Amino acid sequence: MGNRTIVPFGPQHPVLPEPIHLDLVLEDETVVEAVPRIGYVHRGLEKLVEKRDFQQYTYVAERICGICSFMHGMGYCMSIESIMGAEIPDRAKFLRTIWAEFSRLHSHLMWLGLLADAFGFESLFMQSWKLREEVLDVFEETTGGRVIFSVCDIGGVRKDIKKETLEKILGVLDRMEKELTEIAGVFLNDSTVKLRTRGVGKLSKEAAFELGALGPMARASGIEMDMRTQGYAAYSQLDFKPIIDLEGDSYARTKVRLGEMFQAMDLIRQCIGKMPEGDIKVKITGSPKGEYFTRLEQPRGEVLYYVKANGTKFLDRVRVRTPTFANVPALLETLKNCSLADVPILILTIDPCISCTER
Amino acid sequence: MASEILREISASDLLAETLKLKHAGYRMVAISCTYKEVMELTYSFDLNYDLVNLRILTDTKTELPSIGIIYAYSFLYENEIKELFGVNITGISPDYNDSLYKIPVKTPFGIQE
Repeated sequence: MGNRTIVPFGPQHPVLPEPIHLDLVLEDETVVEAVPRIGYVHRGLEKLVEKRDFQQYTYVAERICGICSFMHGMGYCMSIESIMGAEIPDRAKFLRTIWAEFSRLHSHLMWLGLLADAFGFESLFMQSWKLREEVLDVFEETTGGRVIFSVCDIGGVRKDIKKETLEKILGVLDRMEKELTEIAGVFLNDSTVKLRTRGVGKLSKEAAFELGALGPMARASGIEMDMRTQGYAAYSQLDFKPIIDLEGDSYARTKVRLGEMFQAMDLIRQCIGKMPEGDIKVKITGSPKGEYFTRLEQPRGEVLYYVKANGTKFLDRVRVRTPTFANVPALLETLKNCSLADVPILILTIDPCISCTER
Repeated sequence: MASEILREISASDLLAETLKLKHAGYRMVAISCTYKEVMELTYSFDLNYDLVNLRILTDTKTELPSIGIIYAYSFLYENEIKELFGVNITGISPDYNDSLYKIPVKTPFGIQE
């Protein structure tokens, strides 16, 4: 046995966009154990349900995360709609799907940039984030906001997208697809990128299942699990299959996310092509009573919303189990026996969102 | 759409019921806790997108076994519930001894001392 050293990693670290602390137990340069500590950005958003009524809480839910903001609002609204038995208009379902898939694009592009930054490929970081700006521009044009949109509401959506704007979005997607193809080529074929990702942080299919891995982390290990196949929003009317890989390493996780970006573009195109006419919202009256578990596929994986309502304006409980929280055990496992130099890459390949995790 | 089942069980049946689900191929989705008059724990499991929820009503004094021997990754949920709600979950491995979250208030979601 070599010398054992404990290296504190985070909460402030150049590679961490958000604070998480890990005590890395090392034997020479090899990690033998990682002990996490979170809570640096715990905001008590679940607790806030005691002081905000169920309509107001939509705005709180959207603030759980600045990247999946729309999907958090959507998950919360879907829970309340399920409890109240409300069926939202078809057009609202398609609009929600468009914004959800753009959020996936936004998240994955941001992640690609951070990954490139972590292994020192600055121009690739810049190209990825440049492309992300296109997505933010679409958000701004369709919702008025670039980070928090406040377009999702209980019963549907607050804003419609005009036909001309939808056609413009198709043009944006064509342009983005061309640029993304070039960037994807570098991520998948460049030898320096491969050196940092191939064979690093391998997670077998069995281990991924036993550790409760989710989203791209699980799919890169061969688990065909994607909550969108349940058919919520407009997904039941769209043609798609979960993107999987079998290698289970950091390279496979990059490949899966790249595949999901092209898939997101295809899903948005399908939505625009099939967009039904009609209302975008149904009126909701009364207060919810009952409880419901809603699950949907965020960019980082399955998110679970548990809402318990007592028939008044104030809910008894809102519980959010985010994908990053569920992926922490898998991360801790992949860190074992890795080199200290690979720790930043491994942390990034689960695409951690600590803001979501701590709520 | 997938189905959702909610079943109330006693704390003493937790390990046996969880083991049955594990053998049937279920994945543990989450452990959730709600505190109103009693502590209400819900263990959620998924198989082919169908959700089975096991509900346990308990208090902060009664010991509740960790399901870590069946689902190893339950430790994170159990540490969180122990720390935020004060539920007396025993045998958590690894047990972070109320240091997972860096919060100044003890059991902020549970009974305040």
